[in-house]
Amino acid sequence: MNSFFVRRYVIAGIFISIIVILAAKLFYIQVIDKEYSIYATKNVLRSIKIYPARGPIYDRNNNVLVQNEAFYDINVTPKEVKPFDTLEFCKLLGIDKPEFDKRFEKAIKYSPNLSSPFEKQLTAQTYASISERLSEFTGFSAVTRYMRTYPDSVAAQFLGYISEVNDKEIKRSGGRYQPGDYIGETGVEKAYEDVLRGQVGVENMVYNSHGKAMGHYANGVYDTAARAGDRLTSSLDIRIQKLGEQLMQNKVGSIIAIEPSTGEILCFVSSPTYDPNLMVGRERGNNAAKMYKNPYTPFLIRPIQAYYPPGSSFKPLNALIALQEGIITPQTSYYCTGAYKGGLPRCDEPHGESDLARGIAVSCNTYFASVFEKLLNINGPRNTDSTFVQWRKNVSKFSFGERLGIDLPNEGKGFMPTADFYNKRFGVNHWRSSSILSLAIGQGELLATPLQMANIECTIANHGFYYRPHLIKAIGDKQITKAEYTQRNYVGIDPQYFEPVIDGMQEVVESGTAASSKIPGIIMCGKTGTAQNSHGKNHSIFVAFAPRDHPRIAIAVVVENAGQGAWYAAPIASYIVEKYLTDTIKRPMDEFNRIKDANLMPDPSFYYSQIRKDALRDSLKKLKADSLHKKGPVKSVVIKKKNDNKVAYLTSTLKRKENE
Amino acid sequence: MNNPQRSFFFNVDWVTVIIYLMLCTIGWFNIHSAVFDPHHPSIIALDTNYGKQFIYIISGIILGIFILLLESRFITALAPAFYGITTFLLILVLVHGKNIGGNQAWIALPGGFRLQPSEFAKFSTCLLLARYLSGTNIKVTELKSFAIAAGIILFPMALIMLQPDAGSTLVFSCLIFVLYREGLSPYFLILEGMFITLFVLTIKLNNLTYMVVSLVLIAAIIILIFRRNRKLVSTILIGLAITIAFVFSVKFLYNDVLQPHQKVRIDIVLGITTDLRGKGYNVNQSKIAIGSGKFWGKGYMQGTQTKYSFVPEQSTDFIFCTIGEEWGFAGAIFVLGLYLFLVLRIIYIAERQRSPFSRIYAYGVASVIFFHVVINIGMTIGIVPSIGIPLPLISYGGSSLWSFTILIFVLLKLDSNRMGIIYA
Repeated sequence: MNSFFVRRYVIAGIFISIIVILAAKLFYIQVIDKEYSIYATKNVLRSIKIYPARGPIYDRNNNVLVQNEAFYDINVTPKEVKPFDTLEFCKLLGIDKPEFDKRFEKAIKYSPNLSSPFEKQLTAQTYASISERLSEFTGFSAVTRYMRTYPDSVAAQFLGYISEVNDKEIKRSGGRYQPGDYIGETGVEKAYEDVLRGQVGVENMVYNSHGKAMGHYANGVYDTAARAGDRLTSSLDIRIQKLGEQLMQNKVGSIIAIEPSTGEILCFVSSPTYDPNLMVGRERGNNAAKMYKNPYTPFLIRPIQAYYPPGSSFKPLNALIALQEGIITPQTSYYCTGAYKGGLPRCDEPHGESDLARGIAVSCNTYFASVFEKLLNINGPRNTDSTFVQWRKNVSKFSFGERLGIDLPNEGKGFMPTADFYNKRFGVNHWRSSSILSLAIGQGELLATPLQMANIECTIANHGFYYRPHLIKAIGDKQITKAEYTQRNYVGIDPQYFEPVIDGMQEVVESGTAASSKIPGIIMCGKTGTAQNSHGKNHSIFVAFAPRDHPRIAIAVVVENAGQGAWYAAPIASYIVEKYLTDTIKRPMDEFNRIKDANLMPDPSFYYSQIRKDALRDSLKKLKADSLHKKGPVKSVVIKKKNDNKVAYLTSTLKRKENE
Repeated sequence: MNNPQRSFFFNVDWVTVIIYLMLCTIGWFNIHSAVFDPHHPSIIALDTNYGKQFIYIISGIILGIFILLLESRFITALAPAFYGITTFLLILVLVHGKNIGGNQAWIALPGGFRLQPSEFAKFSTCLLLARYLSGTNIKVTELKSFAIAAGIILFPMALIMLQPDAGSTLVFSCLIFVLYREGLSPYFLILEGMFITLFVLTIKLNNLTYMVVSLVLIAAIIILIFRRNRKLVSTILIGLAITIAFVFSVKFLYNDVLQPHQKVRIDIVLGITTDLRGKGYNVNQSKIAIGSGKFWGKGYMQGTQTKYSFVPEQSTDFIFCTIGEEWGFAGAIFVLGLYLFLVLRIIYIAERQRSPFSRIYAYGVASVIFFHVVINIGMTIGIVPSIGIPLPLISYGGSSLWSFTILIFVLLKLDSNRMGIIYA
């Protein structure tokens, strides 16, 4: 029997080898292969994002422009729901039994183990009545969500709106944004996104195999708290913003006011405007769609995106350049017969002999045409093109044809024709001052944004320099003192030349074209402008600053299809100025009301045609404005799309967002 | 004359007893971690598995002591009786048993307890086999003896297969080591190895013609080399025929006899499918749990996969996952080493027996324990298909714990009397 004794070694050997194989595999999966611990973690760990409250935005006096309001979603985890009084619950939520059943079915279909929304966006009030009793209904829980709310419903285009981040933005952010995050799309919300968004917090929770949360991973050591967005204090003054929006109702145009001593934006009205609360919440998509269809494009940010020929408001600038070049002196005078050299441009009436001040005060086209001709012929008619280049350089120092660099996205550049431009149109050396004379009176190919126009007033108010316009005063508790905002941008005109021009501008309001808008007790210096519009009535423009000594506000108002500058733009500007400087309106209310209640909405067919053209174009970037006419005064409000000007992009983006 | 009471005390193999106790304790603590219930945190809380396991261990120890106090002749004499009882129970369970998890493997007892006859059948088969093979003039190399020995093994296998409990059925196949030790031709072992390989290859390669052709080629080459040896050539030819028949029958078995869920389990091990959500889920989670333990493990009660119930059957079939996850490679090797040491110790005990009965029985115990360890741990690390058999002394379960206790303590009793032949 023991003859098979040896076999014990065989058996033992087999046992040992098989166990060694097991040990080897164990070694492999435990020590060598790193994958398993990763899988283990993935099984168990899940990161939950905590969304912070977005930073609120205030006006310069700490009045709320936009803040966050808490809304509540009621979520349900079907598996955890225990029997309860359904009818009572329905009553609390204000739904009926069939609706309850429908929603509960939906939640089960989504997942019986996971939490999904049952009722969305309850206001704090509705929630308050439910919250105490919510604990009675196991399986139901509340989730807090923050949404933007605008207590005064003003400054919609200025503030902009936020929306859920899309795929392109996620990719571009390189991981900073995840699906479900919000991002500012336009206006201040976009420009100061980094400040306002705060920081998303992360909670690392561990889950069991049923998907139930079992607590914080490593006791929350790896969790990061959500950090609320910083409070942003803008330079806007809500009193005049409100007043401006009131005055501009039922009109198309803009108001922009700047504080000359700092470059801070005081008022930023784009009309037609909309209630910013419409771009929040579940109805947002529908509301946006309606506004997209609005022929007057409420999403256009007119103060920085709409282009107008500045018209007569451009004249002071020409005067300053001419003074600087030594072409004229304040005493230089011309005789106006009502039409320059018997042709174009014409004046409303013959002005007779006028010096600079009077020329400005009565806005004499003859005067300025003469000045311009003299200016462009300094080097002789054959050198018109090089002289023009010089002239253009001087104008661009005022930031015409260039962006001012305001801290809002998608600012328009305006348009300043170049010598090349005219070479192409007329042929090299085939043009003289007479070909481009409309530039003398701010018409022609020249296009500017209301911001640029207001900025000129700042420059004049400061006697020769401007500060970069900006809207930010403080982030959190810290005042903003960026070098670019405190730097003086000189326009190359010596200070002494401003006085005579300002004299003329004061006359405009005292006794000139804007006399009916004079404010008792305040010396306002301004210039009316009337931009010609081939599609309807002319556009009413007025630019000004006040008071003359130690100016505190510079303003540009454009009212489309309102006729002459004095008719609507000047009065509106004067009310804004009066309100800002004295905090009241002392002048008769019936005139105020007349201006306020006037409905100057233009014929929508022009705007419809514009929209339709936008929609038809495939490539939004290649949009060409149809504004260029061959000769003479131009047109209408032009919506030029160049490079970044994303107007039509905005409107068609909103069309896409309809489906949200 | 030595007092029998005394002799057994000093002759009991304490090494084995210590290993036994260590394994029980390791099992108890790991069950505590695996199914930890914060509402009943105490390790002896009676309405939890770990509390119950404690009771089973205590009662197992008492049972063990009781066995040691028995007369060993008593045990030998009753071998057939035990076999008869377990056979009866195996039949009873088919008629009267509780159906759990698709197997009719349990008999309900008063007091809410359950009994699993197949566990005890392992013991009684080892015992009867030992009794038979130790009889005078029984040589396992003779056909008649071989047939009866095989019958002793196959009979309970068949009954268990009817439950159906594939795992427990397969356990009995390990007793081939016993037969080998007693003289069975090693070719059987080699043959068994070959057939397993063929089985795996047939299913994996899935191409019958390919297999048959390559087999014929191999046979042809061997015949060519050894063509002088007629006897070998004829053996090869017969072997070839048998092999081809085997291959066909494997195909047949796989396609037409095996249940789908069994097929899937084989497929998963062989890497044919990776069903991570369904049948493969257990194994996948098990590997993740063990693999994530790395070298030193995550610590007692710190296993995330264990804590959050990702591995099913954590306290029973997959208890090794808890060990792997919480004690890491170090812990896993320690336990594996402990089992290896136990099995080798039992072989050592077996060889020092004077009585063939004891020796044969000891090899039975070693084989059974070895088989359980390899299959159970192999299953948790994915190299063996999912077969539900427990890890000896560590898995939760009264029947399993007691049957291994009986297996081991009967051996200890027999061993303690190994000098007894002289005294008797």
